[in-house]
Amino acid sequence: MSEYVLEVQDLKKYFPIKSGLLKRTVGYVRAVDGVSFQVKPGETLGIVGESGCGKSTTGRMIMRLTTPTSGKIILDGKDITHAKGEELRASRRKSQMVFQDPYASLNPRMSVGESIAEPLIVNKVLPKSEAFERAGELLKTVGLRASDINRYPHEFSGGQRQRIGIARALALNPKLIVADEAVSALDVSIQSQILNLLMDLKHQFNLSYLFISHNLAVVRHISDRVGVMYLGHLVEIGPKHSLYQDPLHPYTQALLSAAPEPRRTKRRERIILQGDVPSPANPPSGCPFHTRCPRVMDVCRQTMPKPVQVHPDHWVACHLHG
Amino acid sequence: MVTETQVANSAGEPRVQATKWRTWKRFWRYPLSSIGVIGMVLLFAFCFVGPMLYHVSPTQGDFTALLQPPSAKHPLGTDDAGHDVLARMMVGGQASLEVGFLSAFVAMAFGTLYGMVSALAGGWVDIILMRIVDILLSIPSIFILLFLNATFKPNVGLMIFVLAATSWLGVSRIVRGEVLKIKNETYVEAALLAGVRTWRLMTKYLVPNFIGTVLVTTTFAVADSILSIAGLSFLGLGLPPPAPNWGADLSAAMNYIFQNAWWLIYPPGILILCSQLFVNFIGDGLRHALETRTD
Repeated sequence: MSEYVLEVQDLKKYFPIKSGLLKRTVGYVRAVDGVSFQVKPGETLGIVGESGCGKSTTGRMIMRLTTPTSGKIILDGKDITHAKGEELRASRRKSQMVFQDPYASLNPRMSVGESIAEPLIVNKVLPKSEAFERAGELLKTVGLRASDINRYPHEFSGGQRQRIGIARALALNPKLIVADEAVSALDVSIQSQILNLLMDLKHQFNLSYLFISHNLAVVRHISDRVGVMYLGHLVEIGPKHSLYQDPLHPYTQALLSAAPEPRRTKRRERIILQGDVPSPANPPSGCPFHTRCPRVMDVCRQTMPKPVQVHPDHWVACHLHG
Repeated sequence: MVTETQVANSAGEPRVQATKWRTWKRFWRYPLSSIGVIGMVLLFAFCFVGPMLYHVSPTQGDFTALLQPPSAKHPLGTDDAGHDVLARMMVGGQASLEVGFLSAFVAMAFGTLYGMVSALAGGWVDIILMRIVDILLSIPSIFILLFLNATFKPNVGLMIFVLAATSWLGVSRIVRGEVLKIKNETYVEAALLAGVRTWRLMTKYLVPNFIGTVLVTTTFAVADSILSIAGLSFLGLGLPPPAPNWGADLSAAMNYIFQNAWWLIYPPGILILCSQLFVNFIGDGLRHALETRTD
């Protein structure tokens, strides 16, 4: 038993930009540029950030749907960064994914039972008939009827399909589930149902989650710890209460100030950022946020800040601290 | 739990069928498809069952009745060698239909596999495989047909091969395009995460999701093949005489066009036309039924 279910060290993904007749590489999009974090057993780590900050790419690299450019992914004590074939297949039994679009994530030509039983059958965990039985049980676990195994995806609503996707992810009894925008495509009323289901299942199956979302309120609801990403970097990470009560990085402060609060306890100054997110193909020198930071200093333009621990377990990469 | 699942299975069964039936229903509700299917069944019966009931040789001439118009003895008349036209039409259709359907089927099977391998392999393999298709497509198919027919002695097997050799190219391109689209779908990624291997990925995820498109293309390829073999036979390059054949008989009938021998021209002409029409109707019906079958 290792200390962490998942450990990510200095993970990078550079997508080459090819142009011209000979498809020469003229540059790189630095989608993820040196991200490190850990997920403990039974913990939910939320990752927030705006579109294009690299949070989905990070999730996809952990599932090895995208090959990392460099860095290390250690799943349950085993380095899977370069795992191939059977080794990769074995590692995927420990981590599964819940996808964003519940309409696209189920094969329209397979019955729901077939889709859920598929991981059990191809990994030869159970013989076919027992796998279908298990699929029925899993459907009940996620709040659908066992008799639904013979129905096809188009007979279900978006929320129901997301439940089916969750049942499929649970089939192999994984330790980690990466949920990439798992509720973003759903109605608000359905979102909370799915979130509560995920939280119930966490206790029932002893799961850890990496919960990727752009929605601050959702991440706050479900996470134990939260990481904030900006332009391929993890700028701040810490326990949920510490991070939401006392955001340390100017970007986190701006992000939180922009989110509407249903019960405003204290008046928070809106921080309005100037300009746009710089292109990850041509990132700024030094701190990636210095072009828009309201409290920018000279040092920010020169050197990349190192993460420092300000509160217990609460880290920030900013020259204002440390 | 066991009993409950079994109950669920029996309760769920009709619903599965209901989904599959919907495509069928849509196929049948389209008026042209029923005409096409019924017509095709009649045509097959005419060619394959007909000779069992109508015992007149298509290749042994009745020298007492040359170039006779339809009569009680010869319902569709006789040709210049005294062959019974009705018998020739029945037997002559066998080759046309066999070649048409089998060549299209061979082309579909090979083209599907080729296109799927090309799209899944990607990179250099894909580039090379597709350039081979481009090169073959740039050679006029009539040239390939003439070359192969001139080199080898034409028979039904060779004709199937020859026609399949030219019509798999289009299928492979269509399949490659479909697979490139499907392989980026989330459910394919989910399958990879589940640990699905390549063969299963092809048979359970890719093929079922593009087979509709291929089926429609194949149906039209059947029509093309029937027309091609008729055309080749008309030019005298198809199956050798005296074996009867719609195209060759139409060609032979041309010599008697000014003697008003209409009974030689209309039967093969109408049969070629009907086979085209019915196959195309079925193709249209399939397209109608399958294309709208998205969520």
